Amino acid sequence: MVEPLLATSGLTKRFGGLVAANDVALGVEPGEIHAVIGPNGAGKTTLIAALAGELRPDAGTIRFAGTDISRLGPARRAALGIARSFQITSIFREFTALDNVALAVQAHAGHSFRFWRPAQGDARLREPARAALAEIGLADRADMPAAALSHGEKRALELAMVLATRPRLLLLDEPTAGMGPADSADIVRLLAGLKGRLAIVLVEHDMDAVFALADRVTVMVYGRIIATGLPEAIRADAQVRRAYLGEEDS
Amino acid sequence: MRAIDARGIAALVCLTALALVPVIAAAADAPFYVGLFARVMIFAIAALSLDLILGYGGLVSFGHAAYLGIGAYAVAILSFHGVTNGFVHFAAALAAAAVAALVIGIVSLRTSGVYFIMITLAFGQMVYYLGISLNQYGGDDGLSIGRPSDFGGLVDLADPTILYYFVLACLALFLCLGGRAVRSRFGVLLQGVRSNERRMVALGFPVFRYKLAAFVIAGAVCGVAGALFANLTLFVSPGIMHWTRSGEIMMMVILGGIGTLLGPVLGAAVYLLLESVLSRWSEHWQAILGPLLIIVVLFSKSGLMGLIRAPRPPHG
Ligand SMILES: Nc1ncnc2c1ncn2[C@@H]1O[C@H](COP(=O)(O)OP(=O)(O)OP(=O)(O)O)[C@@H](O)[C@H]1O
Ligand SMILES: [Mg+2]
Repeated sequence: MVEPLLATSGLTKRFGGLVAANDVALGVEPGEIHAVIGPNGAGKTTLIAALAGELRPDAGTIRFAGTDISRLGPARRAALGIARSFQITSIFREFTALDNVALAVQAHAGHSFRFWRPAQGDARLREPARAALAEIGLADRADMPAAALSHGEKRALELAMVLATRPRLLLLDEPTAGMGPADSADIVRLLAGLKGRLAIVLVEHDMDAVFALADRVTVMVYGRIIATGLPEAIRADAQVRRAYLGEEDS
Repeated sequence: MRAIDARGIAALVCLTALALVPVIAAAADAPFYVGLFARVMIFAIAALSLDLILGYGGLVSFGHAAYLGIGAYAVAILSFHGVTNGFVHFAAALAAAAVAALVIGIVSLRTSGVYFIMITLAFGQMVYYLGISLNQYGGDDGLSIGRPSDFGGLVDLADPTILYYFVLACLALFLCLGGRAVRSRFGVLLQGVRSNERRMVALGFPVFRYKLAAFVIAGAVCGVAGALFANLTLFVSPGIMHWTRSGEIMMMVILGGIGTLLGPVLGAAVYLLLESVLSRWSEHWQAILGPLLIIVVLFSKSGLMGLIRAPRPPHG
């Protein structure tokens, strides 16, 4: 087997006395959708933030595409092709939907020490941005201020932004959080369509979405990985059921 | 696109009105207004430069008068040593302010929020006390400038009217460059930082270098305003760098319209004209200005500009 796209070893993050991520070893294959599930406070968002470079882990290493990225900051990691969405939607509220995505495209279109040509007239930014909006189903919202979009549309917009950066690895922190069933089904369909094109680490509470999408599932509890495996195996795992899935069922 | 045209027209109207000031002042036999409006335009440039980082970048720099002072002192000190060449004066003012902004920016841009405000304020006061300690250059008392910057036969800044139009040309230039810059990739990036810096970083923008660049550009432009100020008053003292001066420049931006280009011009005009009128009545004229500022800010997020036109499009 080739080297995984992403591999962590011994990843540990403490907040004071609390060990939010404890000796985490996570491997993500190219093109794989790897779900990370676990109860509230398990350390899923902490793990995502450590992978994205927002949080500096106390110990452990992170390798991405064959190089050690443990010491790189978040912008450098994003430039290498790691994109993330946030558990709480993070967009440019004052910008239009299209301007949001165009800025995401700009992040990966060379440096921005360009002071003269208007960015809004730049086809190299606008065309890919329009395409990304259309792909996510927001084409008719292009000129709306992002703040005026519905909650589901805002989350979709953030997804369009991260996809517009053409990442190799997507870190999604509960992409369907707070969405109604219809919007959430749209997102699941969209992610299913991405399958194989890029690797995704998917943190998700919605078990239907997880089992519909994931190639593999990792279960975190109290900062530790207690199981990793194929979805069916995870579903059947007694320890997992006790620690997590069981609670959901009861 | 139509909105851009409207902004361009508004800028042209504004500049044309300013161009008529010396004519009207001559007709009304009130030369005093030429100097007053030159001062307005100089502070408009300073406020404009602050608005680039404050309004567009969301960086609340509270030490901006330092660059005004550095630019003015560059001219004064060079003149003191017998260097009268205007090109040298303005290049030195720009470069000195840029270098100061680079140093101050490298340190202060590592912080954010209240800490950034405090650290820029502290740096501003450091530069102020540096001015006071320059005994060789008049210290507390300041330094007179023998003759204005000498541009050979090109422009004679000793003539108040020519100086006025020189300042106007600088203002027009910076308005034009600013108008391009805020809509360029760089300008949109800055507005992204103001809107959501965390998102910018997560998208892959190395934001520090861009914020630093904006900070240096703003400082350099303000340095030019300082050089113009030195030519207008033919005198500099540390007072020009006092933190209250930084506060005034910030008030001009907020009063006129934060995150707009004409706003700072309007703000500088209203502020200085009110000062000129009200201070004849009472030395406590700021007691009138304060409530006025509060009223404007309460009624409009983008100051006077917000009151005189429709809500601003995202890349205003
Ligand atoms: N910045 C922080 N400072 C202190 N404690 C934190 C911080 N961030 C997270 N924690 C704590 O670390 C633990 C893990 O939090 P984390 O947000 O990673 O959990 P999660 O699995 O994403 O939970 P949820 O499902 O609720 O989103 C929690 O106990 C949380 O309170
Ligand atoms: Mg979380």
